Amino acid sequence: MSVISFIVFFIMYKAGDPVELLLPPDATHQEVVQMRAYLGLDKPFTTQYAIFVKNALKGDIGNSYIYGQPAVDIVIERFPATLELSFLAMFFSVILGIPMGVIASVKPKAILSRSIMFFSLAGISIPVFWTGMVFVLICSVYLGILPSSGRGEVLYFTSAFTWDGIKHLIMPVITLTLFQLALIIRLTRTGMMEVLMQDYIKLAKAKGLPNRIVIYYHALKNTLIPVITVIGIQFGQLIAFTIVTETIFAWPGTGKLIIDSIQNLDRPVVVSYLLMVAFIFVIINFMVDVIYTFVDPRVRVK
Amino acid sequence: MSEMLRVENLKTYFDTRKGLVKAVDDISFTIEKGEILGIVGESGAGKSITGFSLINLIDSPGEIVAGRVLFDDRDLAHLSEDELSNIRGGEISMIFQDPQMSLNPVITIGKQLIETVIYHNPETSKQDAYKKSVDMLELVGLPAPEKRMASFPHQLSGGMKQRIVIAMALINSPKLLIADEPTTALDVTIQAQILYLMKKLTKEYESSLVLITHDIAVVAQMCDKIAVMYAGRIVEYGSNQDVLYNSKHPYTKGLIQCLPKLNEEKDRLFQIPGVMPSLLDLPEGCYFSDRCPYADEECKIYPETTTIEGRQVSCHKVNQIS
Ligand SMILES: Nc1ncnc2c1ncn2[C@@H]1O[C@H](COP(=O)(O)OP(=O)(O)OP(=O)(O)O)[C@@H](O)[C@H]1O
Ligand code: SF4
Ligand SMILES: [Mg+2]
Repeated sequence: MSVISFIVFFIMYKAGDPVELLLPPDATHQEVVQMRAYLGLDKPFTTQYAIFVKNALKGDIGNSYIYGQPAVDIVIERFPATLELSFLAMFFSVILGIPMGVIASVKPKAILSRSIMFFSLAGISIPVFWTGMVFVLICSVYLGILPSSGRGEVLYFTSAFTWDGIKHLIMPVITLTLFQLALIIRLTRTGMMEVLMQDYIKLAKAKGLPNRIVIYYHALKNTLIPVITVIGIQFGQLIAFTIVTETIFAWPGTGKLIIDSIQNLDRPVVVSYLLMVAFIFVIINFMVDVIYTFVDPRVRVK
Repeated sequence: MSEMLRVENLKTYFDTRKGLVKAVDDISFTIEKGEILGIVGESGAGKSITGFSLINLIDSPGEIVAGRVLFDDRDLAHLSEDELSNIRGGEISMIFQDPQMSLNPVITIGKQLIETVIYHNPETSKQDAYKKSVDMLELVGLPAPEKRMASFPHQLSGGMKQRIVIAMALINSPKLLIADEPTTALDVTIQAQILYLMKKLTKEYESSLVLITHDIAVVAQMCDKIAVMYAGRIVEYGSNQDVLYNSKHPYTKGLIQCLPKLNEEKDRLFQIPGVMPSLLDLPEGCYFSDRCPYADEECKIYPETTTIEGRQVSCHKVNQIS
């Protein structure tokens, strides 16, 4: 995480001078110098970084240049909206993707299996921003049935409890789900096909177990082990993907915040965001490891 | 004695990209109740595929393309998957050749045994199934069976896994047991114990056993009847005594000559020259002709199966060979 903070800090330092963006174009030279001194930007890079690290260790990443509030608070305030999108997308991807992958693996030549595979190929190849914009075009512009931007009514940090909120959620969630769903379908299918060829599956059949037990217990249990790892990794990626989705649907989450902040060269906010994301990655990796030891007896400590 | 299983003109083919593999080609035999049939032959002869064909469990691209497998008036070659799964693991069970790979790596031994009991006897309680499993593990000589019930396959040795697989096959007291090289991972004394146990159970319960092996010595001790397979076909089939002590087929004779004899000191063991041909590239006529010391022009046509002195043989020269 300290490496990340350094890289981000350095890039933002090189990227330009936020003061020029903050002040009106007709500001006097003196005002600019004052502003720079106020934000601590007049000092050399190493000094700036040293101050940053010193404060960061105390939990203070600095105030946003734009909002004037602590940057971390701004990011935290926006996080529920992003997590909401990511969780819902991951939830639907897993709930739908695993059964679809299994179906596609059991009878690979059936029409249903082929349709699923075609769908997943489309989901992987079509870029997220394109699907998002097509949705807006169809559902909001032509049909006018779904709102094209914002979160709608929010209750307990989420839009999912109000009808208005749900209407706002539908399009961003579907957009974000498609790619993940396609990926999980493919992963499950490949894993299942591999597992179904194993001797222990043949033995399960030779024992006379019904087909559904062989597939959904004996085979799926083995397939899920690698799938869980990827789901963990993908969850991190999902948070990154929200940047595009949130921008399209003007979703007030961290993805939109980060784009705005990068444009405004609002360094403390960008650094806070990335540290937060890095932190979440660490948590997810840890959780995957924990889950792994539960589902895979081979990694369990004896 | 009455009949347990009758196999008639069974053909199991694999339609592969490289060509049609006739892994089992027109074989017939019968097994009586209380009888042990040995299937012997070199690697790749089609022994395992024969075993799988008996329970109609052939992975694609293979399938039974012709013939019948009659078991209690039912033809297993033409039964629905549902009816087959009622029979598999219940009335007919099979011990797979490779015990290392045949247990599910992420399910405990106990669960894998218990489910075998429960699916065939739905009225059995979990506790009874558990007890039955432990008893069975004890019967096949697995030390500390209670402890093993909670183990996963990777925590066990090859010999332990083999015994578990055997216990799993015996647990529902099958009428017919197909044992494919059941004792390869065991050391000699345990091997003898397990084979003795199988023989005892077969005789005691009037069940039947198909013992698949390449070990003629095991077959000689265990089996009432013997079928010798070569390149997907049965070349000689008859009683233990007839086939082993008065062989008529040149291939059977060769196999027996390969056996080391205790009273004879030989520098080198006899070996049949050459190797079994690939099923995709069989010689014209008799499949054994390129290795057979008796082969001549006549052998360019595949020999009919004839019955001579109580056993069936497929060879043109049966009358010339003593
Ligand atoms: N899935 C498959 N696809 C194509 N050919 C196959 C397949 N499975 C088996 N065969 C062919 O069937 C033949 C018989 O195989 P089988 O496993 O029955 O031999 P085996 O007598 O049991 O040999 P071993 O002593 O090595 O176990 C082999 O020659 C093999 O080429
Ligand atoms: S038919 Fe001919 S080649 Fe075949 S086993 Fe008999 S003698 Fe040998
Ligand atoms: Mg075999």
